[in-house]
This record gives sequence, structure tokens and C-alpha cells, in this order.
Amino acid sequence: MTEHTVRSFSADLEDLSGDLARMGGLAEDMLSDAIQAISTRDLALADTVVARDPQVDALQIEAEKKILRLLALRQPLARDLRQTISALKIAAELERVADLAKNIAKRAKVLDTIEPVAALKGVARMGKLVSAQLKRVLDAYSALEPDAANKVWTRDEEVDEHYQSLFREVVTYMIEDPRTISACAHLLFVAKNLERIGDHCTNIAEEIHFLVTGETLTSERPKVDALDNGN
Amino acid sequence: MVMSRMEPIAQLRMGDAVVTAVKPPTNQAKVKTKNVSVFYGEKQALFDVSLDMPEKTVTALIGPSGCGKSTFLRCMNRMNDTIEGARVTGEIEIDGEDVNDKSIDPVLLRARVGMVFQKPNPFPKSIFDNVAYGARIHGLASTSQELETIVERSLERAGLWGEVKDRLHQPGTSLSGGQQQRLVIARAIAVSPEIILMDEPCSALDPIATAKIEELIDELKANYCIVIVTHSMAQAARVSQQTAFFHLGKLVETGPTEMIFTNPREARTQDYITGRFG
Repeated sequence: MTEHTVRSFSADLEDLSGDLARMGGLAEDMLSDAIQAISTRDLALADTVVARDPQVDALQIEAEKKILRLLALRQPLARDLRQTISALKIAAELERVADLAKNIAKRAKVLDTIEPVAALKGVARMGKLVSAQLKRVLDAYSALEPDAANKVWTRDEEVDEHYQSLFREVVTYMIEDPRTISACAHLLFVAKNLERIGDHCTNIAEEIHFLVTGETLTSERPKVDALDNGN
Repeated sequence: MVMSRMEPIAQLRMGDAVVTAVKPPTNQAKVKTKNVSVFYGEKQALFDVSLDMPEKTVTALIGPSGCGKSTFLRCMNRMNDTIEGARVTGEIEIDGEDVNDKSIDPVLLRARVGMVFQKPNPFPKSIFDNVAYGARIHGLASTSQELETIVERSLERAGLWGEVKDRLHQPGTSLSGGQQQRLVIARAIAVSPEIILMDEPCSALDPIATAKIEELIDELKANYCIVIVTHSMAQAARVSQQTAFFHLGKLVETGPTEMIFTNPREARTQDYITGRFG
């Protein structure tokens, strides 16, 4: 897009995009490290994930301040306005993603104290899937590609299906061997956190679509709900 | 190409329910223009503009300087007649009546289509006479009592009565800029116009006077068809319901104000309102 006549306005918008990109990068690393920490029982790595969360929080606060300033001083319109509002919402989504990644990392410590369970592999697989979703949606955001964002939006179905089958699998383990219940319960929480991150990715995808096209994604996304299947 | 989007339908998904927001029915067109072109001598200033301006609605004309928006505004009360060498082609109808028809008296037309300019231009007369002037020459009052009523009502509608009622016989020019602008609006209203054209009515005013004029425009909207030319994007967004974007003498895009400022269809509109050219 062409430059603003007032170049400092463009600079402000770019500055904001930079903050969002940093938040996205941090959240992405935190998530993949959290999954890594869980699957390899790497407690030191888990600690670094927890330690990085305040950075994301600080960036979110910084981005919010810049957005407030932009709205007050520049009165952005049309696509600039949509870009500003999307940044506000995406910053909040990324803050939640980082928070959930932190929660996953915290469970690495608890899981370390109990016997490894087979279901861990399934959780790791789901983690990879969600990580890929997050990476794809962040790429779509930096390239402002609504088609790529739409793909992420549609692919959340896979995450939901994965969560659902994992849920069944873990419940089966618990029934078969009650000694694994504690570990399995923690894994279920991890899986639920991953499923939530997947949802945040779709929210970001919706924002990208709105930012670029000015239209809201309206068609009903296919939903797989574990609760509908008597679980 | 001109994009016209007067009937937007927005859909919101709220849980399972799909809420469809339909724009309230657009008011009937008060002024209809079709393929209006204006030439100043050899130079063409306006190219085939077709735009309808609904009654009880504020239409904002925006665009960079020299884009033809003021020229277009002046077509509606034949102010271009006063410019030598100016020629207007195309159709301009008010309530279905051709304003360029030979049977139309431009003086009477301008009573129906009032105009407010960038700089307040009160007559060098008293506040009272400024407002009474048009009513007198058009014979709208047969007694002085009636005339006083017209003056009071017009000043009240223009939101100025409270500030001037005790000094009606002081010169109009003794008022502040914002008051003078409301005085000339009162003067325009006094002859019971149907349409009010405003050419950058607030560009010489401070923010408080501007806010008062904008509030006034909002109130006047209930009774009049208002067309306003403004360089302030924020003002167009605040006061109008319909916005038309002009560039290089052409109407680029028109639509509900909300959509023009959040999601314009044309790249040139987008660039202009986001401050990328002009």
C-alpha cells in the first residue's frame, strides 16, 4: 500500500505491526518449547517458557498504548482503522496463547513426578498440529493473506477432531489403569489448552480476513464437540 | 466506474443465530442528477456526475481541492450561471423539476435552495434585518408581526436566538465568526428553503463554533435535504449519512457514510480518506 502523506503515520502503523510480530514470535516459541518440555521432560526448558510470559504481557500493554495513541492522534480510517482495531484484538489473542503455553509448561513439572503414559505421544502430536496452525496464522498476518488465514480457520476442525479422539484415548487409559489417572488428568488439561490455542488461531484468522476485506467471516465453521458425543 | 451501495446488508453471527442488519429504507431522492458535466470555457471541471441526494439526509461531498465538489454543489442552485463562460450539461432535478428549465427563475430557485459559504457573509445590516431580508423581498410576511415571528423562528432554529435576542438591532458583523455563520444559516432558513447547500461552512470556525454548526446540521436534517462540501474527513463522518467522493472532476464512489469510512470499495477513495494522497 502506498505511503501516507504524513510519513510518521505510516511509521506508527509499522511500529505497531512490529510489536505484534514480536508478540507472535514469542508466543510461537513458547508454545513449541512448552510441547517440547512436556514430551522430553525438560524442566529447564519449561522454566524458560514460564519466564517468557511477562515479556508477552508487557508487549501487549505497549501495543495497547500505541493503539490508543494512534486512535486519539491519527484518527485512522478505512483500512488503517481496521488494521488498528485488528491489532488491538490480535494482541489480546496472542497474550492468551502465551498464557496457555505457560500453563502447559507448568504441567511439565507435575508430569515429571509421575510415570510416563502412552497418551503423551498423542498430546505431543496435537501440540505439533496446533503449533503449525499458529505459525500459519502468524504468517498470514504478516503477509496479510486472507486466503491463508481462511485455511487456518477451516483447519481448526482437525484440531477439534484430534482433541476429541485424544480425549477418548486418555479416558480409556484411565479406565484400564487407574494409577495413570493423575498423569492423564494433567494431559487432558494440556490437550484442552492446546484446543483453546487452536480457537485463538481461528479468531486471529477472522481478524485477518476482516482487516484485509472489511467483511466478517460468517459461514458456519464445522464444529466437532466432544460433549456432543456422550463424553 | 461509480460504485453505488445504498442498500447494504450486514450479517452478524451471534452464537447460532445469524442477525441480518438491513439499512433503514433510504429517503426519497430530493435532488436527482444525471450525467452532469460543467465546463469553464474550454476546460471541463465536472465529468458525467450522477448522484441522488435524499430528503431529510445529509450528503457530504469530499475530495481534494479542485476535484469538482464545489462546482457540483453550485449546479444545484445555478450559482454557476453567475460565472462567465460556465456551461452546465446533464439533468438536475429537484422534486422532478428540471432546475435548468427556462421557466425556472434562478432567484426563486435560490430561495428553495439556500446556500451557506465558507466565510460567514452577513449583510452590513442589523441582525434582525439580515434574517428579515429574504423574507421581505420574497413577500413571505404581510405584517411586521409576521416578520418578527419569522426572524425569531429562524434564529431559534439556527440556535442563535438565545445569544442575540437582546441585541437584534446591532450589526450582524458585530457577532463572532461562529455566530455569524449561524446568522447566515438563519438567513437561509428564513425563506423556507427545501435544500441547504453548505460549502465548507466550518473551515473558518473554532472547534466549539464548529460543534454548534454540526449540532445544527443534525437538527436541520429532520426537515431539509442538506448537501455539505467539507475538507474535514472527520466532519463528513460525523454529520452525513451519505458520502460522495470526487476526484479530478469525477464521482469516484458514493455510499452510506459508515461504509465509505470503514470499508470503501475503490482504491482511490481508500487512499484519499486514509491520507495517502490529496
